[in-house]
Amino acid sequence: MLTKRIIPCLDVTDGRVVKGTHFVDLRDAGDPVELARFYDREGADELVFLDITASSDHRNTMVDVVAKTAEQVFIPLTVGGGIRTVEDMRRMLQAGADKVSINSAAIADPTVIAQGAGKFGSQCIVLAVDAKRVDECVDERVEDGAACVGRWEVFTHGGRKPTGIDVIAWVRRAVELGAGEILLTSMDADGTKNGYDLDLTAAVSQAVSVPVIASGGAGSLEHLYDALAIGKADAVLAASIFHYGLHSIAETKRYLAARGVPVRP
Amino acid sequence: MVLYSVPMIAIVDYGAGNLRSVAKAIERLGYPARVTEQPEDIVAADAVILPGVGAAGDAMAGLRRLGLVGPLRQIIAGGKPFLGVCLGLQVLLTGSEEGGWQDCLNVIPGVVRRLPPGLKVPHMGWNQVQQRLAHPIFAGIPDKANFYFVHSYAVHPERDAVIAGETEYGVRFCSAIARDNLVATQFHPEKSGDLGLKMFDNFCRWAGVKRIE
Repeated sequence: MLTKRIIPCLDVTDGRVVKGTHFVDLRDAGDPVELARFYDREGADELVFLDITASSDHRNTMVDVVAKTAEQVFIPLTVGGGIRTVEDMRRMLQAGADKVSINSAAIADPTVIAQGAGKFGSQCIVLAVDAKRVDECVDERVEDGAACVGRWEVFTHGGRKPTGIDVIAWVRRAVELGAGEILLTSMDADGTKNGYDLDLTAAVSQAVSVPVIASGGAGSLEHLYDALAIGKADAVLAASIFHYGLHSIAETKRYLAARGVPVRP
Repeated sequence: MVLYSVPMIAIVDYGAGNLRSVAKAIERLGYPARVTEQPEDIVAADAVILPGVGAAGDAMAGLRRLGLVGPLRQIIAGGKPFLGVCLGLQVLLTGSEEGGWQDCLNVIPGVVRRLPPGLKVPHMGWNQVQQRLAHPIFAGIPDKANFYFVHSYAVHPERDAVIAGETEYGVRFCSAIARDNLVATQFHPEKSGDLGLKMFDNFCRWAGVKRIE
């Protein structure tokens, strides 16, 4: 049986991990390579490196980080942030990334998905989507108790800039173009530690035939369970609950297994 | 004059990507490896690994363009230890239904078919491999251990006797093949953590390749 994946996400800027200085047994918890090795030993199923460097000046630093990690860590690695062109994808994949995630570049030019998938295969191309709830409430239906219809819009620039694009329509189109996986972040839930947006996760998971990684809002192990069991996600991404040592990967997997979720021990 | 005195593993480069991961894993284990597209390197090597992700049609086109179809068939028939990974397993069969019909190497009689509808495709993530043969590549690896998969097509060999491992994903499919000097896996040992490295190590030992001192 296919297991559900637990994926720590490392935010990297200028070659350093932004969060995660709370591991006493790490020499340098700010070193993405060392942190990647740590999570690999702990039993992480995949890793995501998100390059949050604002300018493109430091992009080469990220290529080095990926190359060093790939020499030492033998689980799948996805790299996102600042990937705009097929050439950007090639650099990261050649450095040793297994997948690249694209976000705003795909909105600006959706054909970059098809170009990447055609060149490297769909399994390499992850579409990252930042979604924000924009409920449409219809007054006449209030009496039915179904007043608001859940709808989500694609946002860019960390949730500040609306695109007018419907999330469900966008992910369906991206999969048609060749995206092999969806990394779905709820901008409403992100940073709240109140749990993933389960309605959004379930809606996207049902809308596409490719795996969906839920992201944004994880504050407890129960939240991870909910995203997998109720949100029907294939994988969960989390940052702070792992980085700040709140829960270990091993503990997370024991918890999920005890609740009947198939995980890799 | 001895041109190839050091026992060496040839990792076949036919433009299918991800072979760097395989090379890094082999290097990490300390075995001498060469990423190559040269038929003579492949013929001279002590063991050959055919990696790969992507589409069967592109892979076969790459192998034909580089003149590797004949040499690969020849070294497999000649008894050289051979390991196929993912697409490197699929191209061993008679043909693949991916993108219409693609004639493949026909080393293992059988066909490659798309995974059945109903579940998410690609089959992506860690899944268990049930061992059907007691093969040296499984040495020290527990039965039903998890390995990393990424694929949309699966192999259907004609002869059950070549099935070394099976995996469940909606259906039961063949996830590893073994016959004589040949082994091949649908999963990616190079992405399967310590157990994946263990499997590569098992292959290199079985092939008689020595670690670099």
